[in-house]
Formats: sequence, C-alpha cells, structure tokens
Amino acid sequence: MSSRRSRSRQSGSSGISDDQIIDLVSKLQQLLPEIRNRRSDTVSAAKVLQETCNYIRSLHREVDDLSERLSELLANSDSAQAAVIRNLLMQQ
Amino acid sequence: MFCGFQMKNPQRSPTNPGSVRSRFTQVFLQSLLRIRKHSPASSSSSSSLGEFLKRCHRVKVAAYVSMARAAGTRRAWSRAMLWRVRHDAHRHRLLQGRCSRSSSRERSPGKKKRRTKKKKKRRDDQEHGFGNAEKLQKLVPGGEAMDFSCLLDETAHYIKCLVTQVKVMRSIADFYSL
Repeated sequence: MSSRRSRSRQSGSSGISDDQIIDLVSKLQQLLPEIRNRRSDTVSAAKVLQETCNYIRSLHREVDDLSERLSELLANSDSAQAAVIRNLLMQQ
Repeated sequence: MFCGFQMKNPQRSPTNPGSVRSRFTQVFLQSLLRIRKHSPASSSSSSSLGEFLKRCHRVKVAAYVSMARAAGTRRAWSRAMLWRVRHDAHRHRLLQGRCSRSSSRERSPGKKKRRTKKKKKRRDDQEHGFGNAEKLQKLVPGGEAMDFSCLLDETAHYIKCLVTQVKVMRSIADFYSL
C-alpha cells in the first residue's frame, strides 16, 4: 500500500505518501508540452519540476506579450465596443 | 458545461475548464472595456511611453485577476493572487498619496514574495532531492505557504488556468487585430 514516512521534519499533520507524490508528479507531467509527447516513465521527478518552472515562466512571458499587444490594440481600436459585444455573443 | 474545447478531462466539475474559460473571458472583456474608458483618448502615436506602460500593466493585472476570479476562491493560488493584487494596489495608492513619484517596479506575479526569506527546508523537497521545489514555490502564487503535495496540486491547476488565459488573450488579440 502506501508507505508513510513520518519524519519529524514534516510540518503537515500527516506524512505524505510516496504514491501520492508520484501521482501528483505524473499529473504535472501530463500538462507539460515537451514531456507529454515522450510519455515515458523514466522522466525523473526533478526534471518534471524543472520543466514545470520553465513552462510557467514561458507562460508568464506570453501573458506579458499579449498584454502589450492588447494594450496597443485598445488604444488604437475604434470599433472596440462592437467587437467586444460580438465576442461576448460568440462565447455563449 | 460542455464545450467544444478538447482540454484534459476535468476531474472536478467546479473547475471544469470550459466554464472557467467562459467566466474568464467575460470578466476579462469587461475589464478591458473599463481600461479603455479610463485611459486617455489619444489614438495618435503621441501617447507617451508612460501611459502605454501603465495601460499595459493594467491589462496584465486585469488578466491575472480575471483568471483568479474565474478559478474561484477554492484554490489557494487564486486566493493568494487576489490577495496580493489587492495588497499591491493598496500600497500603490498609499505611495501615490505620499509622493507624486509612482513606483515603476515590475510587478509580475510570482516574483513578489521577497519579504518571507524563510529558508527552512522542512518540506519533502530535500527528501526526494527536489531542489527545484523552491523555485516552483516562488512561481506559483501562495506557493511558499504550501507543503509539497499541495504545491504540486495547485501548480497543476495553475498551469491549466494559465494556458486557458493565454489562449483567450490570444484569441481576443487576434479578434481585435482584424
């Protein structure tokens, strides 16, 4: 079953099982675009964490770029209102 | 609840990516309209760089806040994000009230928690050899208060929401550029 490591360093109320961590790490692995394509079990958890950090940073950068783009478009667009309403209707 | 988007199978219905996506879109679009109304009407290229940067920052914050709202307060990262933005806005207002100089620091989420310099490694990261867990904690809002398994769980949800946010922002930008 799940092996519990009750180390005294653990600050939480219960020891977190290894299986739980492995499950969570594999769940993360599924989200990462690079590792997902390989889908091998030999990807180490440390690599998953590293890729996760890189992925989050790249997503932040994309948000920054898109914010710039949107900010520019907001300033220049005249028919913004109609476009927004149209977009809202399309979403529903 | 069903949408045409092929995202990962949502295991929990309240955090269904479909509804998060539409909630985010609506809130974000409303924020954009508000920003547009409040920004100075200068359609020529004479708008100063300062105005551009301010608006840019507003758009970015609106995007993150809209996503945190759409994700709901059941998630630790969204709560932390909303708290941080509110806290930053309040502090910014105080600063502006005292001196006319506005702080032009970069306020990218995920890099703000410099006050807490706790280096106590009480977590599992050392047991499993995950030195990267610390980096991850700084990237995920509220990460530094989480234990390891919580961090992994929140990170997964945070990434899903970030991906949604990027997709929606990109489609809005494409739509406006037409």
